[in-house]
Amino acid sequence: MDIAGILATKGEKAHTVRPEQAIREALALLARHNVGALIVVEGSGRPVGILSERDIVREATHDETLFGRKVADIMTRDVITGAPHDDLLTVAHTMIEKRVRHLPVVDKGRLVGIVSIGDVLKAQRDQYQGELDTLQTQLLSDDARRGR
Amino acid sequence: MARPGTAAEPLRVAVVGAGPTGYYAAEALFKNERGVVVEVDVYDRLPTPYGLVRAGVAPDHQKIKAVTAAFDKVAANPRFRFFGGVEFGKDLMLGDLRAHYHQIVYCTGAQTDRRMGIPGEDLQGSHPATEFVAWYNGHPDYRDYGFDLSQERAAVVGVGNVAIDVARILCRSPEELATTDIADHALEALRKSRVKEVYLLGRRGPAQAAFTNPEIKEIGELADAEVIVRPEEVELDPLSRASLDKSQDRATLKKVEILQGYALRKPAGRSRRLIVRFLVSPVELTGDAAGRVVAMRLVRNELYATATGALQPRATTQFEALPVGLVFRSVGYRGVPLPGVPFNESWGVILNEKGRVLDPDTKQPIVGEYTAGWIKRGPSGVIGTNKPDAAETVTCMLEDLAQGAVLQPAHPAAAAAEALVRQRTPHCLSYADWLRLNALEVSRGRAQGRPRVKFTRVEEMLQALGR
Repeated sequence: MDIAGILATKGEKAHTVRPEQAIREALALLARHNVGALIVVEGSGRPVGILSERDIVREATHDETLFGRKVADIMTRDVITGAPHDDLLTVAHTMIEKRVRHLPVVDKGRLVGIVSIGDVLKAQRDQYQGELDTLQTQLLSDDARRGR
Repeated sequence: MARPGTAAEPLRVAVVGAGPTGYYAAEALFKNERGVVVEVDVYDRLPTPYGLVRAGVAPDHQKIKAVTAAFDKVAANPRFRFFGGVEFGKDLMLGDLRAHYHQIVYCTGAQTDRRMGIPGEDLQGSHPATEFVAWYNGHPDYRDYGFDLSQERAAVVGVGNVAIDVARILCRSPEELATTDIADHALEALRKSRVKEVYLLGRRGPAQAAFTNPEIKEIGELADAEVIVRPEEVELDPLSRASLDKSQDRATLKKVEILQGYALRKPAGRSRRLIVRFLVSPVELTGDAAGRVVAMRLVRNELYATATGALQPRATTQFEALPVGLVFRSVGYRGVPLPGVPFNESWGVILNEKGRVLDPDTKQPIVGEYTAGWIKRGPSGVIGTNKPDAAETVTCMLEDLAQGAVLQPAHPAAAAAEALVRQRTPHCLSYADWLRLNALEVSRGRAQGRPRVKFTRVEEMLQALGR
């Protein structure tokens, strides 16, 4: 399975914010969409960073005037991005290893979605559950055939 | 207005598509822990149920088909009805369903194949693997398809389990096939097959191949065909090696080990050869004057790591020619849009969030419409993967019911829906009809020592049922 399979059941797009918007606006967006991170995109739609709850918390501990500052000031610029056909196993591995919770997905330079570590783990769990169920069904049918 | 879901007023659900996901959705609805009383009507455009378990799973994989026993258990629930041979968008429209049900779930799977997007793809002799699969499995729509099995060399593009099924069926001896439930017309054609060499072509390396280990092991155990692998193509490149060293993924390690074992095998002089190639992509099919495919031009690939570390292929400048008279592309399935149902072109699925169908303009859920399975998430996983997938959708359906967000059908009685269906499609099959047909197929098979002999035409099925 690849990460396109996760994006397929997430509606359309990722929630985004522009670099020049205020942190206050970003907080409102995080709350409104009930998500943990926003992708920071330029006017052209090109992703230039990510702004997560953690970025805000970290900054808020030493700057109480934070809310009026710009997203560009505190966003994480060095973002790992995924491609739709990256396989789930590798992506899960990389996200855990690099402690990345949100992965913007980019196709031909265009932001096409975001997957969270929760999405990835859920997809993996469903995959394992499905394989287990299929194997059990086959084993039971073997038993039935042998008259057990 | 009282909320449906009681014995007096059950929640009425229409499931479109009687494949595995349709059954899993019905099962999850029946087993709900909220005590909601649910009636499920499952529709399929074919008279027969089980979707790809009947029309996709290879005939020599009967063990996988055993899952139908679990489906029949779901169907035995008195609140389950099946209407076979009723097509959504043709016999029954969305408006009809909205007038008779509180909720609708689309489980129509991924009915078409992805294209390779290369010149010559549509030459005679080049086919989607899905058509060949449907043909040998006796799908009525493909009953009269023909494949030129007088060719000696065939290529299957792709290394997923469908690709490997096609290659294996082409390499099986008539004796091996004769004990399966392969469609009679396919058995007859394959008996006369002159195919001697079958190429399986993977664009990436052995560690990235999508086929699973039982399938790759099985092709090494064919009665009259030998598997051939080039040692240099199953030697792991540094990127794959590093990735595998890190993940220690046992299934992948085993897969590579099996393939490397094949590379060491000595020629055994069997009638057919199944040649597995890696790190090659077709870039063009070439044809003769009559428009028949005669060869394939391949480019060698190398792997590169994306930002997440996933390994993807990149073309080099090395090319080779592969003379083949028959080509099957198996580079992935793709969903087909349903009339009046929003579609997400990017991923080839119904536009949805966790199974709730979304309005394309507002991106808000459309009341009463849901989706599950491959048409919801794309083609991935094994049959059982659709169970948690359907369960997720059903959870959304029950949450919405609790909020009162269901359709208000004008004719919610079960009898009203049945009357409409029987009026539109007088020949539709009930589950009892299917069970009779199934018993007939099985008894036809018993005489020949086969699991069943399938009916492959709709008229044949109706006739067998005395219609």
